[in-house]
Amino acid sequence: MTQARATLRRLLHHRLFMLGCVLFGIILVVAILAPIIAPVDPNKLAMRYKFQPPSAEFIFGTDNFGRSLWSRVVWGAQLSMIIGMSVVAINAVAGTAVGAIAGYFQGLDNGLMRVNDALMAFPAVLLAIGVTSVLGPSVNDVIIALSIVYTPRTARIVRSSVIVLREMEYVQAARAAGAGHWRILRRHILPNAMAPLIVQLSFLFAYAVLTEATLSFLGVGAVPPTPTWGNIMAEGRQYMTDAPWIIAIPGAALMITVLGLNLLGDGLRDVLDPRLRIQA
Amino acid sequence: MPALLKAEGLVKHYDVETGGFLRRSRVPLRAVDGVDLEIQPGETLGLVGESGCGKSTLGRVLIRLVPATAGYVEFDGADVLRLDPRALREVRRGMQIVFQDPFGALNPRMSVEETVMEPLLIHGARRSAETHAEVGRMLEMVGLPDSARHRFPHEFSGGQRQRVGIARALILRPKLVVLDEPVSALDVSVQAQIVNLLSDLQGELGLTYLFIAHDLGVVKHISTRVAVMYLGKVVEIGEKRALYAAPKHPYTQALLASVPVTHPSRRKRGGQARLAGDIPTALAPPSGCRFHTRCPHVMDVCRTEEPAMRAAGPDHQAACHLLPA
Amino acid sequence: MSLLEVDGLTTAFQTSSGQVTAVEDISFSLDKGEILGIVGESGSGKSVTALAIMGLLPKPPARILGGAIRFEGQDLLRQSDRSMRRMRGPGMAMVFQEPMTSLNPVFTIGDQIIETIRAHETISSRDSFKRAVDILARVGIPSPDKRMSDYPHQLSGGQRQRVMLAIALVCRPKLLIADEPTTALDVTIQAQILDLLMDLRDEFGMAIMLITHNMGVIAETADRVMVMYAGRVVEQAPVARLFDAPLHPYTRGLLACVPTLDQDTDRLVAIPGSLPEPARRPPGCRFSVRCPLVVPACSDAIPPLAGVEPGHAAACIRIGETA
Repeated sequence: MTQARATLRRLLHHRLFMLGCVLFGIILVVAILAPIIAPVDPNKLAMRYKFQPPSAEFIFGTDNFGRSLWSRVVWGAQLSMIIGMSVVAINAVAGTAVGAIAGYFQGLDNGLMRVNDALMAFPAVLLAIGVTSVLGPSVNDVIIALSIVYTPRTARIVRSSVIVLREMEYVQAARAAGAGHWRILRRHILPNAMAPLIVQLSFLFAYAVLTEATLSFLGVGAVPPTPTWGNIMAEGRQYMTDAPWIIAIPGAALMITVLGLNLLGDGLRDVLDPRLRIQA
Repeated sequence: MPALLKAEGLVKHYDVETGGFLRRSRVPLRAVDGVDLEIQPGETLGLVGESGCGKSTLGRVLIRLVPATAGYVEFDGADVLRLDPRALREVRRGMQIVFQDPFGALNPRMSVEETVMEPLLIHGARRSAETHAEVGRMLEMVGLPDSARHRFPHEFSGGQRQRVGIARALILRPKLVVLDEPVSALDVSVQAQIVNLLSDLQGELGLTYLFIAHDLGVVKHISTRVAVMYLGKVVEIGEKRALYAAPKHPYTQALLASVPVTHPSRRKRGGQARLAGDIPTALAPPSGCRFHTRCPHVMDVCRTEEPAMRAAGPDHQAACHLLPA
Repeated sequence: MSLLEVDGLTTAFQTSSGQVTAVEDISFSLDKGEILGIVGESGSGKSVTALAIMGLLPKPPARILGGAIRFEGQDLLRQSDRSMRRMRGPGMAMVFQEPMTSLNPVFTIGDQIIETIRAHETISSRDSFKRAVDILARVGIPSPDKRMSDYPHQLSGGQRQRVMLAIALVCRPKLLIADEPTTALDVTIQAQILDLLMDLRDEFGMAIMLITHNMGVIAETADRVMVMYAGRVVEQAPVARLFDAPLHPYTRGLLACVPTLDQDTDRLVAIPGSLPEPARRPPGCRFSVRCPLVVPACSDAIPPLAGVEPGHAAACIRIGETA
């Protein structure tokens, strides 16, 4: 049995991990099925129905413009998932590339890491605000901003793994057999550096979703009326006493997403880390 | 017959930062500090020494796994330390290494087949029935069943993993194999199996070994000649029987005397040639003869002048002032 | 009454593949001033035995399934954690293989020795400092008063092992358990440490349980020997008897396969195969699958330890024939 299969088995037995999967899974499924389960246009105004509390007709109620909160939250879920996945994907590629190069080629390490550190020195939210103010407030630009903010952290993690793996004897053996750098990175170092990276990426997903909500809430994220959870909450803030559901429901959705991802990440770390930390 | 491997004036220093926060300075750690060596084709040169003597570093520098600080290494006619990457790759086919740690020496994500096949792929072969069969031949030679192919390192015991490491090292049919403490991490009963295997393979494939170890008994068994290292230098070298029967360097004598007895009746408590003190650090080796701080026969000249290798027998040399120059 | 009596000790571990026994039916005794050498390879259970005696087995994964451990008459397995802690130090002490991980890197060695003293005795700090310097001198550390403020990483491997011995002996224990104390050391340092152990035994009169896989260390130090394999005792004998006339095929294999300096052979005698995994032990005698003398009867039952001479016993049904 490969280690992958044994790991999978261990994961399936880890209760908190499975709980995390369920929570996140719900959000994910909702996001995927958005066109089917929320056919109503989330931006469709219906002033007649404004401020309706949750009921049989409006599952999550309506907001100050009479828009269906259900639709908005569901489509918001899709946006969150897209943003999360995009940021994770970009991080995975760019962060791994930078981290691997810095970790493996000592000559480039210093230069790369200094740039890295400079980026990391900015508080994430501030940097994101800076980027979106330059690039403009669209979903894509938010994705770019978040990627810039978080890639340095990912790069650091990959770099640590690579530095350790570089010294492993099976890498030395490959060099002794005449393997070139590319082969060693591809075959020996990166596959064994994946474990801590995967754990990090699951937490990163949560950060991305949360930071996007923060940006939107502050008004520097995606332009309203885009139904991101942050925007919904921003608009709902004024009506917190009169129509608390407007801010509470997307807040709850955000909480479930982040909780689910964190549990998932913790579970992954429990299973992957002590055993396969750097595959030593 | 020309030597298969020849090293002259081989030096490897690591730069180490010492000192406190404000007085940082770079001091060289003299891991290998001027070694001349020759390995004849077909022989097994045993290399012994205690921690800090530099034997592992020497092994890696000789095959250019670690860059040398200075010196000259000639392998099969080629100037190893000055080859360009492409030529180096070719020469690498001829010299391989087996490591000590059966855990760290195999990539846990690669199956046995992939591990053993990799050297072939690196040198241009493609996965085919031929490479497949070659792996099978190697597995058989090292005493592993063919079913081991598709399994992963964590499914095997230390001894079996070591066999995989040996198969990987030999699949390119090298001429020289550096064995860096190949049995030290194994259980005693398994050590004997692997030592026997290495002997057999040497005969079958016509290999030359550099056998690095700290266990004097194992080294004596498998070697033809033995070299003793202390703090980065070779202090004695010679044909094994002569060296073990009548060691000429006081360090070798102390080393052999420190080996535990083989029968309780031979206990020799108290005194004898028990070496006092600890091994000095390679950051600041003693002046003159490096061993003078612990030598029971130290003389004035030992503190100031480093002894050159002197003849101690037909195939036996030692670097000690006690020997006539 | 012996200082230490272990009677039928059996422990097990909870693993992902169920409960596996680590050691089974271990019985031996140790008298004051005696050195008992315990020989075995990895997986033999020798370290587990030592930890069980010290009460240091982590109880969730490990469980004591049966047996008794009597130290000066008291059954250690029935002691509370508190009384065990009081016993460690003045009663029994342990030294481990890796001195670097056994010593706390953020405390000076002086602090660590003094901590041990003050855990067991009410004593002024000046007196405890003096005691610590004394014991450091006793274990052969030069300039002990200066070394008191050193940190573990500033010492060499041999010195750290001496410090470990100092910590273990500072409360004058009656029993010292040394688990592979010289395995990580160079051979010249090993010789010094073994000499030191013997000197300390002569001076302090303590009993020593010396665990090792190295027959040479046994030959140098032990009075009696116990050989363990796959969690069971396979032979017990006085040291000279063990080397002269080993009865169990495993002991013989062990003695034969180590290349010594006075040998000159072509091939080493090897024990074929390897240790079976705890979850997959063969029925009957656990050594049967590797034994040169195996017969079908070996798989019927685990052979009991049978005595041939007083003090010499081996767990093999074919003892009579191999003598």
